[in-house]
Amino acid sequence: MIYTLLVLSSPGAGHGARTAADFALTAIGRGHTINRVFFLDEGVDAGCAAVVYPQDESTPLDNWAALAEEHAVELVLCISSALKRGLLDSSEAQRYDKPAATVHPAFSIGGLGQLIEAAAGADRLMTFGG
Amino acid sequence: MGTSTRKRQLLVLRHAPYHGAAARAAVDLALAMAAFEQDVELLFLGDGVLQLLKDQAADALGRKSLGRILSSLPLYDIERVYVDAAALARFAIAADALVLPVEPLAEAEIHALMNACDQLVSC
Repeated sequence: MIYTLLVLSSPGAGHGARTAADFALTAIGRGHTINRVFFLDEGVDAGCAAVVYPQDESTPLDNWAALAEEHAVELVLCISSALKRGLLDSSEAQRYDKPAATVHPAFSIGGLGQLIEAAAGADRLMTFGG
Repeated sequence: MGTSTRKRQLLVLRHAPYHGAAARAAVDLALAMAAFEQDVELLFLGDGVLQLLKDQAADALGRKSLGRILSSLPLYDIERVYVDAAALARFAIAADALVLPVEPLAEAEIHALMNACDQLVSC
C-alpha cells in the first residue's frame, strides 16, 4: 500500500512526530511505500538541523535522517510554516539574507501542492499530531 | 488504488482562529486543494466554528483575519462547507452570523459525512 504522511506536531510536543517516524519505518519494513512525508505548521520543527538533545535522550532527527538516507523517503517541510519559524535551506537563507541554513539536508522545503500531489497518488493519507 | 483518481476529500478544521498558526495552515491547505482542482469539502468542528465569525479584529494581534480569507471560499469553487451544529449552539452563534453560507450538521450526520469521504485531513 502507498501511504502519504502528514505531520502536524513538533517533536518537542507530544509523541505525534515520533509515532510518524516509527510508523514509516515499520510500514517500509512490511513492504509498504511511503511516497512522501509532509510537515505542516509546528510539524516543520522536525527538520531543524541545529537541535541538540541531552546525551541520554534519543534525537528525533536521527529517525528521519535514517528514513531519508536508508529508504529514500522524501521529507518535505511546508515553506510558509518553515520560513516563519526560521527553518531555511541554503537557497532560502541566501534569498532572505539570513546568516545560516537551519534545515537538515535530509529535508527539502516545498509548497502545499507537494502534499496534495502525494495524497492524490496514495492509498492512504495518515495525519499525525495537531 | 494508488493512482491519482479523483478522491472525495474532507478537510476538518478544529482549531480556534488565533490559537497558534494551525487554523491558518488548514485554511491555506483548503485554498491550495481548490487551486489544484481537488474535490474538497470543509467541516468546521468544535472550536473551529469560531474561524467563521464575522468582523474578527485580527489586526489587534498583528494577524490577518481568517474570516475574511474564508469569505473568499466560493471564489475558489469550495461550495460544500459544513459546520458542527452542536458547537454553534454551544457558542450561541447563529448560522447566518457567519462569513459564508454553511450547512449545520448534527453528530450523526458528521459521522456519515466522514464515512462517505475517501480521504480525511484534520488540522
